[in-house]
Amino acid sequence: MEYTEEVMDHFLNPRNIGDIPDADGVGTIGNQVCGDMTSVYIKVADDRIVDIKFKTFGCGAAIATASKTTELALGKTLDEALAITRDDVADALGGLPEAKLHCSNLAADALHVAIEEYRAKG
Amino acid sequence: MKRIYLDHAATTAVDSEVMQAMAPYFAEAFGNASSLHSFGKDASRALGAARQTVADALGAGMGEIFFTSGGTESDNLALKGVMMAGGVGRGERGHIITSAIEHPAILNTCRYLEGAGHGCDVTYIPVGSDGLVDPGDVADAIRDDTKLISIMHANNEIGTIQPIAEIGAIARKNGVLFHTDAVQSFGKTEIDLRKIPVDMLSLSSHKIYGPKGVGALYVRDGVEIAPLMHGGGHESGLRAGTENVAGIVGFAKAAMLAIERFAPDCSHLTKLRDMLIKGTIAAIDDVHLNGHPTERLPNNANLRFDFVEGEAMLLHLDVKGIAVSTGSACSSASSEPSHVLLALGLAPEEIHGSIRFTLGRENTEEEILYVLDVLPEIVGKLRAISPIAGGKR
Repeated sequence: MEYTEEVMDHFLNPRNIGDIPDADGVGTIGNQVCGDMTSVYIKVADDRIVDIKFKTFGCGAAIATASKTTELALGKTLDEALAITRDDVADALGGLPEAKLHCSNLAADALHVAIEEYRAKG
Repeated sequence: MKRIYLDHAATTAVDSEVMQAMAPYFAEAFGNASSLHSFGKDASRALGAARQTVADALGAGMGEIFFTSGGTESDNLALKGVMMAGGVGRGERGHIITSAIEHPAILNTCRYLEGAGHGCDVTYIPVGSDGLVDPGDVADAIRDDTKLISIMHANNEIGTIQPIAEIGAIARKNGVLFHTDAVQSFGKTEIDLRKIPVDMLSLSSHKIYGPKGVGALYVRDGVEIAPLMHGGGHESGLRAGTENVAGIVGFAKAAMLAIERFAPDCSHLTKLRDMLIKGTIAAIDDVHLNGHPTERLPNNANLRFDFVEGEAMLLHLDVKGIAVSTGSACSSASSEPSHVLLALGLAPEEIHGSIRFTLGRENTEEEILYVLDVLPEIVGKLRAISPIAGGKR
């Protein structure tokens, strides 16, 4: 099993790490398959994600996919961000090993939950 | 970049003396040991000498050593061989006692024997939080139809050394055969088959600085087992197939070196292991040792780092040139956490952060100091992005 250079780059130098104390939306997803956990924090202005941070307890793929997800979502409208799928994240990383595909759900799902939480607040 | 190999429980580099011993058996003394001409005799003499060496290393007789392709085959041969010789597969039923923390070569063989048509029952003895099997539990599990007890000598993940002398004595007293997988323990803890009641014992060459693809099963004189491999009657009919002479010669040389270097190896490994364990626990908060503190192999340090995941640590260490392994589900093809660490009663998220360092003969104090130097930064970096660390580093 080998990770792509893009995965290793995002794993070793994760973008947008940390949390946002006054976040507009927070989504936390735990992975039943392996026990990983990712939290995504967003700040929203004019229906766009203007700041995004993440925290991950998980493997290289979980960290890299979370990092990539935040990169893909930053600056997007909420609808655009909701349309980001696990496949988009995996593709943007140049692919993931078969056994690690489930990791790519984590961040995308956490992002979607964060957006839904923001919208639910109205 | 200098690379530091701390995964000797996975495999070891072949010792240069072992390579030298093997060299003539590829193109010079390449004969088939079954042939009657001089080429065959050269091979057969080498095979005999190797068998004597391995037998001596265990305190066994030459006729009690059967060469195999490695630990997995030896384990399969011991378990299936005994059960089949006892009539399993021909309508007879039989019971096996093993432990919950065995190597997959034992556990999956047991599951196969439990399967449809094989007629075996298996009892999996649990272990304590320190990884030890209680011999009393083994005694209690013995039934009228128990044919075999198989308990590993030392565990491959946590290095816990089982009380095999006591378990063997219980087996002997009850007229049950006793097998032990000594793949990890040979060369790192004393094994003298003149002193301990063991009926069968598995060995592997590549864990003791020998080549891969070779191992042995010790079968005490008089123990009846059926072959798995049928063919030309090699290994006294127990394991057909032209012998891997070069590999076997290398294995025997490695076994001889393991015995010769036993005392200095053990003291060197113990020193480095304790330096690594104490140093890590002193330098980083929320680190725990998995397995028994003293009843453990001299080269095994299995450490649990709270709030981080093992594969992520492994990758960071690899970038620094340090090779380790992890019990985390994320590193396994099945996405299942380590069955050994589960059996200790650890929660999946605790298992997640477990790293196995297994040291070898050639590791140095400088290497351990380097590991102790880079570990805190790696753990700190991962804890900083961990949603469950709560600000801890």
